[in-house]
Amino acid sequence: MIVTRGLTKTYGRVTAVDGVGLDVHAGDRYGLLGPNGSGKTTLVRMLLGLVFATRGEIEVLGLPVPRRVRDVLPSVGAMVEGPGAYPHLSGRANLTLFDAAGPGGGRRDRRRRVDEALDRVGLAGIDRRPVRAYSLGMRQRLGLAAALLRRPRLLILDEPTNGLDPRGIREIRDLLTELNTDGTTVFLSSHLLGEIEALCTRVGVMDRGRLVLQDDLATLRAPTGRVLVGTPDTDRAVALLDGRVERSDGGTLTVRHPDPAALNAELVAAGVRVSAVAAERRSLEQVVLDATTTSADRVEAA
Amino acid sequence: MIRVELVKMFRRPRTYVVAALLCGLPLIVAVFLATTRIPPPPGQGGAFLSAVLSNGALYPAAAMALVMPVFLPVSVAVLAGDAVAGEASAGTLRYLLVRPVGRTRLLVAKLVALVAFVLFAIVAVLVTSYLTGVALFGSEPAAGVALPADVTSMSGVTITPAGLALRLLGTVAYIVVSMLGVAAIALFLSTVTDSALGAAMGALAVLVTSQVLVTLDAAAAVQPYLPTRYWLAWIDFFRDPILWRDIERGVGIQVVYLLVLLGAAWANFTTRDVTN
Repeated sequence: MIVTRGLTKTYGRVTAVDGVGLDVHAGDRYGLLGPNGSGKTTLVRMLLGLVFATRGEIEVLGLPVPRRVRDVLPSVGAMVEGPGAYPHLSGRANLTLFDAAGPGGGRRDRRRRVDEALDRVGLAGIDRRPVRAYSLGMRQRLGLAAALLRRPRLLILDEPTNGLDPRGIREIRDLLTELNTDGTTVFLSSHLLGEIEALCTRVGVMDRGRLVLQDDLATLRAPTGRVLVGTPDTDRAVALLDGRVERSDGGTLTVRHPDPAALNAELVAAGVRVSAVAAERRSLEQVVLDATTTSADRVEAA
Repeated sequence: MIRVELVKMFRRPRTYVVAALLCGLPLIVAVFLATTRIPPPPGQGGAFLSAVLSNGALYPAAAMALVMPVFLPVSVAVLAGDAVAGEASAGTLRYLLVRPVGRTRLLVAKLVALVAFVLFAIVAVLVTSYLTGVALFGSEPAAGVALPADVTSMSGVTITPAGLALRLLGTVAYIVVSMLGVAAIALFLSTVTDSALGAAMGALAVLVTSQVLVTLDAAAAVQPYLPTRYWLAWIDFFRDPILWRDIERGVGIQVVYLLVLLGAAWANFTTRDVTN
C-alpha cells in the first residue's frame, strides 16, 4: 500500500525526515508513533505529494509519488494536521464544495455522498450553522467526513482524534476499525501511545526524522519469557522456584519461565496458593522508550 | 474547479462588501456635486466631473475615473493576494490539493474568479453610477451625448448613446486587462508567502512605487515600462476620434506583466512544498 525507500527531506541544514523506509501492507491499521517534531507530519505530506522529497522514493497504491499522484489521490482519503474548512460556510456546504472541486463522482449523487459521510462521523443532525461556530471536536469530525467522502481504499490520517473527548475518541476508533474490516487500509500518525496501542495492528516509531522501529504490534509485545505470579505465599514460592525468581514485589513475583500454565500447575501441586498468573509482555511504552533517545522538545544544556 | 471558485467567491460576504464600497465612492462624490453644483476646474479633479453636471449619462465614465486609480486596484490586490495564501492559512489549500485538484488548475480557477470579480465590480459601479448620474444630474435628450470639453480636443462633438455604450464597453475591457496586471502581481506573491496580508501589501507596494515614479520626471527613462503608466489611457476612448496609441501600449504592457508574473506564479506554485 505504502512503500518508501530512503525517503529524506531536508530544509536548509535541518533534516526533517532521514532515510525512512516505510512499509504499510494492504489491510493494515498502521500507527506511526513519534513525539512532536519527529517528522511525522512532513512524512505524511510527502506521501500525499504536498511536500517534495529531497531524496528517496515513494510508492502509494503501487504508483510512484509525486509523479503519478493524480492517479493515486482519488483513492486516498486524508486528514493532515487538523481539519480545514471555510469558516463562513456550513459543514454541509464545505463538503459539497470539496466534493465538487475534484474529479470523479456525479453531481446527482453528491448530496447522498455528503449525507453518508456526515452520518458516518456522527454529524448527521448538523444544521446550517457556519463552521466558524463549530467546536474543535466537530471540526475534527467534519475533516474526517471529508476524508471518507470518496470511500477511499487508503486512509491517511494525521492526529485524527485531536480535540475529541474520550467518548469521541472511542467512536472514531470504532469507525476506523469498522472501515478497516471492510477493507480500507488505515495509516495514522499520533503522538499518543494509548491511541496507537488500542487501534493499530502495525506500528512504526519515528525519532528525530528516523524510522527507528517498524513491526507488528503483536511481535513487539511478544511475551518476554517471564511470568508474573501473584501469591500470598511468597516465601514458599521463592523457596520452591529456587533462583528462577527475578523480583519479588509485595505479593507479585517475576519468574523466568516460558509457560504460565505449567508454572501455575507446578506451584499449585506444591500447595502454593496462586491468585494471579500471566505472561509478562512489554508495554508499547517500554518499546518506544527503548527505541527513542530523548524527548524532541527537550533542550539540554550544552 | 472554476465553478467551485466562483461559488466560493459569490457566497462570500466580503465580495459584496468590497463591491458596495466601490459603488459608494462615486455615490458620495455625486451627492456633493449635485448639492453644491461646484464643478472642479477643467483639467483638475477627476476626469469628466465637470461634464456630468450637464449630463448625468456620462457619470459612469466619471465613476470609473474615480475608482480606477486607487480603490479598484487595492481591492483587486487584496483579493488576489488572498487567493492562494488565504487558502493556505485557512488550512484548506492542502485539502484541495489532496482532493486532488492539480496545482495549475487551481491557479487558473483563481485567476478566472478574479476576472469575474473585476467584471462584477465594474458592472456594479457602472450601473449604480449611471442610475445616480441620471437621478441627480438628469440626462440630455436621447439625441446624443456631447463629449466633455475637458477631455476631447474639440468641444461640442456629440456621439450617439450606442456610441457611448460601445466606448464604455471598450473602457471595461481595458480596465479588466489593467486589473489583471495587478491580479498577476498579487497572485504571484500569494504563491510565495502564506500570509494573504503580506501578498496584498507587496502588490500595493509595487503599485504605489510605480505611481510615484510615473509622476517623477527624473524617472522618465523607465516610465514606459511601469505597470501603472497607461492605467488611465481608457479616457482616450472618449476622445473623437479615439486615440489608440496609449491604449495599445497599455494593453501591451499589461500582457507582458501578465505572462511573466503568471509564469512565475505557476513555476513557483507547482514546485513548492505546501507546509501549511
